[in-house]
Amino acid sequence: MSQGDVLLDVQGLKMYFPITEGILIQHHIGDVKAVDDISFTVRRGETLGLVGESGCGKSTTGRAVLQLYRPTAGHVYFDGVDLTTLKGEELRRMRRRMQMIFQDPYASLNPRMTVGDIVGEPLEVHGIAKGKEKLDRVAELLEVVGLNPYFVTRYPHEFSGGQRQRIGIARALAVNPEFIVCDEPISALDVSIQAQVINLLEDLQAQFGLTYLFIAHDLSVVRHISDRVAVMYLGKIVELADRNELYENPLHPYTQALLSAVPIPDPEIEAQRQRIILKGDVPSPVNPPSGCRFHTRCPVVIDVCKEVEPEFKDAGGGHYVACHLVH
Amino acid sequence: MGRLLEVKNLETRFHTQDGTVHAVNGVSFYVDEGETLGVVGESGSGKSVTMLSVMRLIPQPPGEITNGEVWFEGRDLLKIDKEEMREVRGNRIAMIFQDPMTSLNPVLTIERQITEVLELHLGMNHQQARARAIELLKMVGIPAAEERIDSYPHQFSGGMRQRVMIAMGLACHPRLLIADEPTTALDVTIQAQIVELVKRLRDEIGMSVIWITHDLALLAGLADRIIVMYAGQIVESSPVHELYKNPRHPYTIGLLQSIPRLDEKQRERLQAIEGLPPDLIDYPTGCPFAPRCRFAIEKCWEVDPPLEEVSKGHYSACWVKPEGAEIMHQWHASNTEESQ
Repeated sequence: MSQGDVLLDVQGLKMYFPITEGILIQHHIGDVKAVDDISFTVRRGETLGLVGESGCGKSTTGRAVLQLYRPTAGHVYFDGVDLTTLKGEELRRMRRRMQMIFQDPYASLNPRMTVGDIVGEPLEVHGIAKGKEKLDRVAELLEVVGLNPYFVTRYPHEFSGGQRQRIGIARALAVNPEFIVCDEPISALDVSIQAQVINLLEDLQAQFGLTYLFIAHDLSVVRHISDRVAVMYLGKIVELADRNELYENPLHPYTQALLSAVPIPDPEIEAQRQRIILKGDVPSPVNPPSGCRFHTRCPVVIDVCKEVEPEFKDAGGGHYVACHLVH
Repeated sequence: MGRLLEVKNLETRFHTQDGTVHAVNGVSFYVDEGETLGVVGESGSGKSVTMLSVMRLIPQPPGEITNGEVWFEGRDLLKIDKEEMREVRGNRIAMIFQDPMTSLNPVLTIERQITEVLELHLGMNHQQARARAIELLKMVGIPAAEERIDSYPHQFSGGMRQRVMIAMGLACHPRLLIADEPTTALDVTIQAQIVELVKRLRDEIGMSVIWITHDLALLAGLADRIIVMYAGQIVESSPVHELYKNPRHPYTIGLLQSIPRLDEKQRERLQAIEGLPPDLIDYPTGCPFAPRCRFAIEKCWEVDPPLEEVSKGHYSACWVKPEGAEIMHQWHASNTEESQ
């Protein structure tokens, strides 16, 4: 694919959160290195899945991309414009083009606003529509996400989790964005409702040509919805490839362990699978291990892993991996 | 295999300001010695309330077990007195929960919490109890157990806390372990650790396990038999292989078609189950799944179908009993066509 197809280009992104000590005088004693030097691109119209376990930095990445956190270092080029250099009105204008859908449909909607106000607010903030025009647009948006337009005067508590997630999606769509960060959009929903929301997101992508950064911990869902998938561990992307390539031919030992841990709903397949059981827990991002960050839990660790950080490089055909054992 | 637990016609209600919640509605099932029973259902399906009723841990009021029998080792647990029930809970049946942080006392050390069980139920002195507690922590795979035993719960990670809960549950050699979504709050690699641990302990100790979850995929490699719950009823009950190969209740078929699979090569359009589960206060007449069911016929709206045997050991509560194997086959075929 040509360069012109890239909508989002993230270069060397770092997001550190300072840890301070002291009451009156704050001493800077360290950093939580939530995201530590990652690079990736998202092509126009595609879905890039970002997976990893809790604390790996996937949600922080999503927020830093949208400049909801100002990155510690690195560049985020959106349609050629470096978002990290923008501020104020310029940044706000760019925000019309990129939106976010949140995990918790209970916490991300203001309980004191009606559905009409929630979905209509971005229209007013960005000066897109007001008055009658706004109401019409809100009704249209509700219909697009499969809700009855008659619901505009209701409050969030009157809806189920799945319906609330639809309201959040309608709000994100209000400004006609090109790019949406979906941060665990179905994790809080019941199984039978998850499929409704996944189908909706797929339909909207086809209808409006949307580009998604889809952040989730559920590897089955990510395989289903993504075109390409990036795997994160402790603030780093360890592997990135096309969806089938990553799932059929994982190269990084962490990806291999992660995939082997996910159950498949078929007892015959399950009976034959070999699980790679990782020892222990994820180390602290305040003091990440030297060299390769996975070396403390890696089943195939060698000496060099403890000292030298492996380079994140193309192992062939756009399959990127950071591991000393892969050449 | 002998029968270890048999529940007959269990019915649990919650009396609330808005009306009576029909949480569990005539549930019957059994668990054999050494068997692992999977219980799958979504929130509000009554899977947890059923097990809490078995353990008599339903707060009364507002809860009330209005009907049923729970036979365990020759006694009806719903009839025995409170003292006897405490004995059962401590020694014979153990339960672990989803969130180990809220099940552990945050101001007591792990040592204190485990030794208390051992001293109370097995009459050990403190030294014996401490030695046994360390042994238990080693058994569930806690590194440096001799030192970690004096830690507080917050000093452990989520996976480690769940291991501590399992150690406490196993302290008195239970015959039955009831695990209520023990891995739902954990990451998938940690989930795999806990599942392996429970399987190993089950085989070593020879206990039975009831594993409650919303994740059908997880049960495929874990359970011998599965019951599927919906709106406080068992809608399907089957040996594990049969359930995935040829599900016979539309809800089970719907669940299997609505979850993406890790081994999905061709992108398949998910078949969502439209609508929402019923209101358990205004409980519907007829089949509770009828409003969301693709196969519903007129009778479904009027009479609630009983659980009927469709093949050996496989039961479905449905008037239609569609052949899941055929439906899944057609669905895969049509998905493949579309994407070409």
